[in-house]
Amino acid sequence: MAGELSVAGADLELIDVRKDFPGFTALDDMDLHIPAGQFFALLGPSGCGKTTTLRIVAGLETPTQGRVLIGGKDITDTKPHDRPVNTVFQSYALFPHMTILENVAFGLRQRKVEDPLAKAQAGLDLVELGHIGARRPQQLSGGQQQRVALARALVNRPSLLLLDEPLGALDLKLRRQMQIELKAIQMEVGLTFLHVTHDQEEAMDMADTVAVMNKGRIEQMGSPEALYDRPKTAFVSRFLGQSNLFVGKVSEENPNSVSIEVGGAKITVDKKRAEKHTGTVAIGVRPEKATFHEEKPNLGADHVLIGPGEIIDIRFTGVSNQYLIEIPNIGEITVFAQNVGKSPVVELGAKVWVSWKVEHSFGLRDLPDGTEDLG
Amino acid sequence: MAFAAFGSSTPTTKGQTKSGRVVLALLLPGLIYLVLFFVIPLVSLVLTSLEAPAASGRIGEYVPGFDFGNYAYVVTKYWPQIARSFGFAFIATIIALLISYPLAYFIGVKARPWPMLQRMLVTLVIAPFFISFLLRTIAWKQLLADHSPIIEWAHQVGFLSPSQSFIGSNAAVVFGLVYNFIPFMTLPLYTSLERLDTRYLEAGSDLYASPSKVFRKITLPLSMPGIISGTLLTFIPIAGDYVNASRDFLGSSNTSMIGTMVDADFLQNRNYPAASAMSVVLMGIILILVTWYVRKSGTEDLL
Repeated sequence: MAGELSVAGADLELIDVRKDFPGFTALDDMDLHIPAGQFFALLGPSGCGKTTTLRIVAGLETPTQGRVLIGGKDITDTKPHDRPVNTVFQSYALFPHMTILENVAFGLRQRKVEDPLAKAQAGLDLVELGHIGARRPQQLSGGQQQRVALARALVNRPSLLLLDEPLGALDLKLRRQMQIELKAIQMEVGLTFLHVTHDQEEAMDMADTVAVMNKGRIEQMGSPEALYDRPKTAFVSRFLGQSNLFVGKVSEENPNSVSIEVGGAKITVDKKRAEKHTGTVAIGVRPEKATFHEEKPNLGADHVLIGPGEIIDIRFTGVSNQYLIEIPNIGEITVFAQNVGKSPVVELGAKVWVSWKVEHSFGLRDLPDGTEDLG
Repeated sequence: MAFAAFGSSTPTTKGQTKSGRVVLALLLPGLIYLVLFFVIPLVSLVLTSLEAPAASGRIGEYVPGFDFGNYAYVVTKYWPQIARSFGFAFIATIIALLISYPLAYFIGVKARPWPMLQRMLVTLVIAPFFISFLLRTIAWKQLLADHSPIIEWAHQVGFLSPSQSFIGSNAAVVFGLVYNFIPFMTLPLYTSLERLDTRYLEAGSDLYASPSKVFRKITLPLSMPGIISGTLLTFIPIAGDYVNASRDFLGSSNTSMIGTMVDADFLQNRNYPAASAMSVVLMGIILILVTWYVRKSGTEDLL
């Protein structure tokens, strides 16, 4: 299986995978399918089980239960060196006793591929480091080591390339540049990429599909746009960007919308954008979708309007201003207003109303931590 | 050239004389020690090795001279002992390495999740040093004596032919050498393997290397510094050892090594020039072998 260079990526399937470590469960009955040729990101905070997932796919960790399939073939019991998978490690793990070229040629030599050095050189050229083949890993900068690690994995043309926070150690500017390069390389070689990261911008920027993980489970999976536009759990709504969340009992339900009552205000969400229609429901809106008004506006039923409240904090972030507004009985709301010269000029302590279009509300499946079910 | 990018900060001249004096003061005790206990004895040894017999002809009396015949004498007379010393040292070092490596690997790598076990095992490796090695070697002489249970058993199973003794054989001496010097092999190997980053091993298996390939291509080269210091620390003292091979311990007159001959020439025959010449020869051979070995194993490539 590992003897042949694959022409294209293969799909990856995890069926009911569970991993117990002494004292805790790192992965809880995980089901996952990644189509061939996709750039797939596993996103989550540290300790959510994303790296464990990656290590199980690489064969460096044995699942307590469940099966792992690559290209339809069950590889759960296959040793790591027999799997058509290569990893770009977080620490890069470049062999310190070999030159860069020998590092890149290592996998090719193990599989007795013809002319390993020429192919390794081509791999180094791909990441634009063809001129440093004779050096040692210790003589390279972090960004160069990262690219060598990528080349060392890519030259083997694995069916599946695993990336374990490969950009974590780089500074912001280099990280942005590498993100663009990685994406370009993935499109060029057409392999399946499984990228593990805790950086939500990185995941959204690069991946075709993002799976948000929390506490050993996948909370939600979808395209970056879908995840951002319609987070389904409180965790996703806050891990991926920021959200204003409101929790209340359903006060009104009709075929098109669901409304909750919070502190005397009515907050409405389109029914097709709501996961839960009865009982206590959490509804959210993104800060940039909300606007505020100094006078109480006259808006129709297609808008949510709350207030008045008081501006308690203003932060200038360059492209936008972030306003923190406290509304009695409801709580604090964040509103982003772009610095395009059109937003109202307000000062701390100003009295304002906040509104957004109902179509921008999203209804969650669960409630944020620390809120009680109101029965 | 490639290192130019890393640069090196040039120290300022200000305060250099003062720090220079401090450095000298710190180095002085060590320098005095080396001169008193290494340079002077070495010079004295070389001078003694060139002394000629005194005109009186009495045993043990010599006058300063340049009698290079001493060297010719010891090399022609003792070449079997010289060959045996280095042969024993070579075999014992290899055996010690083969026994120590798996042990050190287990303690340094496999036992990492249990630091308590690690510490306990390292203590066990050093534990024999708590008892004088002369006593321990004597104890082995008892244990391996002709009618001891171990040897009786060896006779029964056929490891030894009837009436064959173990004590006094080459095998007994090599056994004693391995036993006595094995901690000097295990400890450097352990320190080197304990620092081995297992992520390199994972990367190796991820890059299609089977466990045995990972060992040969990654683990072994990365633990080379430990192997080199371990082999040097066992080979050198073994080549000069005179206890194990001596008749009073595990050897016989057929197993004598260079040290045994130095001992005999110096303390019994009172042929001081011959004993000194022998020591210089031993030193010279070790120096040549070690230089060749270190060059060949290319330590400069090992991080």
